[in-house]
Amino acid sequence: MQPVSFNLQQNYFQLFNIAQVYQIDTAQLERQYRALQSLIHPDKHTHLPDAEQRVAMQHSTLVNEAYQTLLQPMLRARYLLSLHGVDTQEETNTIMPLDFLTAQMEWREGVAEARRTRDAALLDELEMRLHRETRELESQLAVKIDTEKDYAAAAGLARKLRFMERLAEEIHAAYDAMDA
Amino acid sequence: MAYSEKVLDHYENPRNVGSFAKDEAGLGTGMVGAPACGDVMRLQIKVNKDGVIEDAKFKTYGCGSAIASSSLVTEWVKGKTVNQALQIKNTQIAEELALPPVKIHCSILAEDAIKAAVADYKSKHGEMVDTAACKGSI
Repeated sequence: MQPVSFNLQQNYFQLFNIAQVYQIDTAQLERQYRALQSLIHPDKHTHLPDAEQRVAMQHSTLVNEAYQTLLQPMLRARYLLSLHGVDTQEETNTIMPLDFLTAQMEWREGVAEARRTRDAALLDELEMRLHRETRELESQLAVKIDTEKDYAAAAGLARKLRFMERLAEEIHAAYDAMDA
Repeated sequence: MAYSEKVLDHYENPRNVGSFAKDEAGLGTGMVGAPACGDVMRLQIKVNKDGVIEDAKFKTYGCGSAIASSSLVTEWVKGKTVNQALQIKNTQIAEELALPPVKIHCSILAEDAIKAAVADYKSKHGEMVDTAACKGSI
């Protein structure tokens, strides 16, 4: 195991001593996270003065946040792109490729239709397609970031993935409505 | 969060929902989306030979504010020339609907939809344009 140390100046990848890439080794991330957490966990500092306990608590919170950020693909992509100075513009960029938006509109119509007619088979089909296309976008994202280092294109893919996340929520809401 | 009465009115009685037949003359279609909330908005304008928007239709998947913003702009663009329609600002939409700060992006989406629809109309009808809607990446 790599030795772990704690330094607030490090970025999250450096904090866990793992390669600064999109396709990380999540098993390694988890090992490093546990090692770091055992080092700084607040329970280990109960013998120390209050001020130092508070610092330990803050460090522990930061490590948790860093771990969650690197663990989740979407958060990891956004964070990694920000380290390269690229904003994914999820709040401000409304101009998506026309075919993508048209497909999004059709997805949403399909989900609404399945919900209205209580068509579970249609919803299953939409969910499987969504799962497949999300995987496809994630693998494209890996290529754009790690291989081609085309961060602007990667930001466009990250925006697409946000729409896919929203669609997944819509599909889950439709399932819930059918069960009700 | 409570919606304003105007938002509720447009949400419950949306104006001009739908789309035009593909072969109708003078159409311009704008499609925009907001990644952060997954909203998708399609705005269509029907422009007469004098360059005046005589009808407009929309379809929006999104929150009440996004639906109200697009419903409102279909009313506002009617009777305007395409260039006048481009003057509609998201701040006017947000003010009319009393949108809270977290919903301002819905009004931006509606403004961008107008720009995209006008750009599409102009590109199909032989006028070069350079609006913000043309500058998007990817």
